[in-house]
Amino acid sequence: MPVYYYIFLAVALFSIGVIGVLIRRNAIIIFMCVELMLNAANLLLVAFSKMHHQAMIHTNSTAASDAQVFVFFIMVVAAAEVSVGLAIIVMMYRNTHSVDVNFLNRLKN
Amino acid sequence: MSVIETMFWFLSVMALGAAVMVVASKSPVYSILFLILTFFAISGHYILLNAQFLAIVNIIVYAGAIMVLFLFVVMLMNLNAESEPHQKNKWFLYIGAISGGSLLLVMVAALKNVSATNQLVQMNNGEVGLIKNLGIKLFTDYVFPFEISSVLFLSAMIGAVVISKKEG
Repeated sequence: MPVYYYIFLAVALFSIGVIGVLIRRNAIIIFMCVELMLNAANLLLVAFSKMHHQAMIHTNSTAASDAQVFVFFIMVVAAAEVSVGLAIIVMMYRNTHSVDVNFLNRLKN
Repeated sequence: MSVIETMFWFLSVMALGAAVMVVASKSPVYSILFLILTFFAISGHYILLNAQFLAIVNIIVYAGAIMVLFLFVVMLMNLNAESEPHQKNKWFLYIGAISGGSLLLVMVAALKNVSATNQLVQMNNGEVGLIKNLGIKLFTDYVFPFEISSVLFLSAMIGAVVISKKEG
């Protein structure tokens, strides 16, 4: 399977996430589309790690596992970010009773 | 087509279809369920690439913990299809879709003539994704970020508790 299949799949998932962030007004769904973008990047990293593994399979049999360790750390950071982000959204909801981002924009007044 | 190619196309269609339904769905609960389906499809891709550890961690962490947290918050706020805020101005929807679509076009066009993208990806076997090799790599070369990530989790927990405290 050539790597450009995976590149196109990850780019398509990423741009669907971008469209979701731009279109939706619910703060929780925007947050979920950010997670979708992170997963697209994870998929691409794993595909590239296997591509380099295929290229270096005769010299070093565990080469290019750095990308998969990096994906592990991306998941760590995403989990921490989700917990703090949802705490912020719950606090906003407690104050304004709305999760509409256009409504939350009026905080500056 | 071999079994692996069939599985690849099936998982890709499932991932892309579920991602589109995440964005297009009216009710937030349906969006969360479609996102869980997307994560299962991506974990299926990881298994095809023999990244076994990442496939299981993806299911456990993303689909099992993060999405359940999202579902708790949505149920707590009692969001449903009627209380969903919608764009009053339809032009914003079109502009958003065109911007995202043009991002897709630019990225695909930038990689179109690169000859390095014809390299093959090793699927279905390979020792890179096995938990033993990843564990050795994680605990020898990357032990410092591993310990720092525990500090990151501690700060995220403290931050979440501090943010949600009631006044007084």
